[in-house]
Amino acid sequence: MGDLLTAISLTAKLAGVTTLLLLLIVTPLAWWLARSKRWFKPFVEAVTALPLVLPPTVLGFYLLLLFSPEALLGSAWVELTGSTLTFSFTGLVFASMLYSLPFMVQPLQTAFEAVDDELMHAAASLGASPLDAFFSIACPLALRGFLSAGILTFAHTVGEFGVVLMVGGSLPGETRVISIVLYEYVETLRFDEAHDLALLLVVFSFVVLSTVYLLNRRLRFRIT
Amino acid sequence: MTLQMDLTVSAGDFCLRVGESIPLAGCTAVFGPSGAGKSTLLRSLAGFQPATGRIRFDDTVWLDSSRGVDMPSHTRRLGYVFQHGQLFPHLDVEGNLRFAQRRSPSTGPMQWDRVVAELDLGAMLVRTVQSLSGGERQRVALARALLSSPRLLLLDEPLSALDNQRKVEILPFLERVKHEFQVPMLYVSHSLDEVARLADRVLVLAEGEVKALGETVSVLERLDVQSVTGRFEAGAIITAAVTGHDHARMLTSLRLGDALITMPLLPHLIAGQVVHLRIRSRDVAIALQRPEGISIRNMVPARILDIVADPTSPFAEVLLQTGSEHLRARITRAAAEDLGLTPGLDVHALIKSVAFDH
Repeated sequence: MGDLLTAISLTAKLAGVTTLLLLLIVTPLAWWLARSKRWFKPFVEAVTALPLVLPPTVLGFYLLLLFSPEALLGSAWVELTGSTLTFSFTGLVFASMLYSLPFMVQPLQTAFEAVDDELMHAAASLGASPLDAFFSIACPLALRGFLSAGILTFAHTVGEFGVVLMVGGSLPGETRVISIVLYEYVETLRFDEAHDLALLLVVFSFVVLSTVYLLNRRLRFRIT
Repeated sequence: MTLQMDLTVSAGDFCLRVGESIPLAGCTAVFGPSGAGKSTLLRSLAGFQPATGRIRFDDTVWLDSSRGVDMPSHTRRLGYVFQHGQLFPHLDVEGNLRFAQRRSPSTGPMQWDRVVAELDLGAMLVRTVQSLSGGERQRVALARALLSSPRLLLLDEPLSALDNQRKVEILPFLERVKHEFQVPMLYVSHSLDEVARLADRVLVLAEGEVKALGETVSVLERLDVQSVTGRFEAGAIITAAVTGHDHARMLTSLRLGDALITMPLLPHLIAGQVVHLRIRSRDVAIALQRPEGISIRNMVPARILDIVADPTSPFAEVLLQTGSEHLRARITRAAAEDLGLTPGLDVHALIKSVAFDH
């Protein structure tokens, strides 16, 4: 039971950190995607959507290569921090950010696209710089998108399995998240515990998705 | 102080070219048919739409594409009133006004009170933007623009989304703003009423080009401008065929529908030639019966098609049909009422003078 609690808190920490970091990085990216008319924008969109369609094992494989102490990123990290990225919590955070990227990008991009250009012009005419207008007009109007993006990213990271298995392994308190725990229950034929954990995840996911859909219905500003 | 423009805006196959200088005082109307480029001009002045060339506001260069200067909108210190207000939907009325005030370098509490009072917004401050009527929304938009203490107010057809009743309600506020706050205004409109009421001078645009710029009255009377402004013109262009000349009395006669009319001799016209004539509405009177003993010689039977009364003036505009041609008569609303004029009624149009349309 103690093992399970450790796994649950580790999972929550991983999902939380991943969501916060993605929020910081993706917000400007999503704004750019929503506003840009550059020819290469579709390619950037495709790259951000790749984790949706690639098998997690493909991501995990490349990340493993990238994180290995022989690789550029991996060795630089070891030099900088003294620890490796593979089979570590930090490595998992990097992996999860990549894995959950589309779940942060897409709701945010959609919400930003719905912000009327004319409102941004109105803000500019009132003396608001683009950054000011972004925070005072675009962000509040995209609130629903932020909430959806945050919740979906968190939930999706909780449900991560393949990538973790490839880059994280199963170190208790470090990389052993609940999906790994569940896998090990099944492997060792502990079906009762597997049942409980699986049901817990189903209920969690249902609550999360219901929240997202409820938000979509209730937080709609009428713009006429 | 002047606003000097020498700019080109291209959007698709539409191209706007304006090379004019406008005094920065009072209200300048930007007038013309839809699609003329009026809004495009305003948007490029605001920096919302890319333009090439030069814009110089007083001694500040807003745009000089040859030197790579293009001041961003938020540093141009202008107020912009949009067709649909563009109030921020996540803020209430006061929030919208404070948004402007906080970013203004010089709007103190006194200015706040004055703007709120002049636009009569005191009771409206706590309301949500969604609960406002179209007219109220434009008043808030106007106040918001004023609170940013602009050096130039750009108004892009601020009344066009309102019905006539609302327009009549808002116009006095616009007049008050013009006189009370002394901010130079550029006012885009395709309504002659609004232009005549608010503007000190008019810039006429058509097909992306400036057709005229000058004092309101003189511009609106110019024939070439009236052909541009088309349906707004206070008069009508008719087609008539020359029937002959009376050299002794120095008259030329023409056939208009089924009637003959005469005008001062134009000896270069030949019989049978078809010409365009312009008849101003104020030169046309209406009689129920064909009058006797009157000096006016041009009388044509006509049928009333429509009567448009202007509640802000004593006049009504009567649209008449004679043969296949239309005439317009400007009479008092009182006369229209007393004579019992209604669409469909057969009357006689008395034409005092006829001019050539060049």
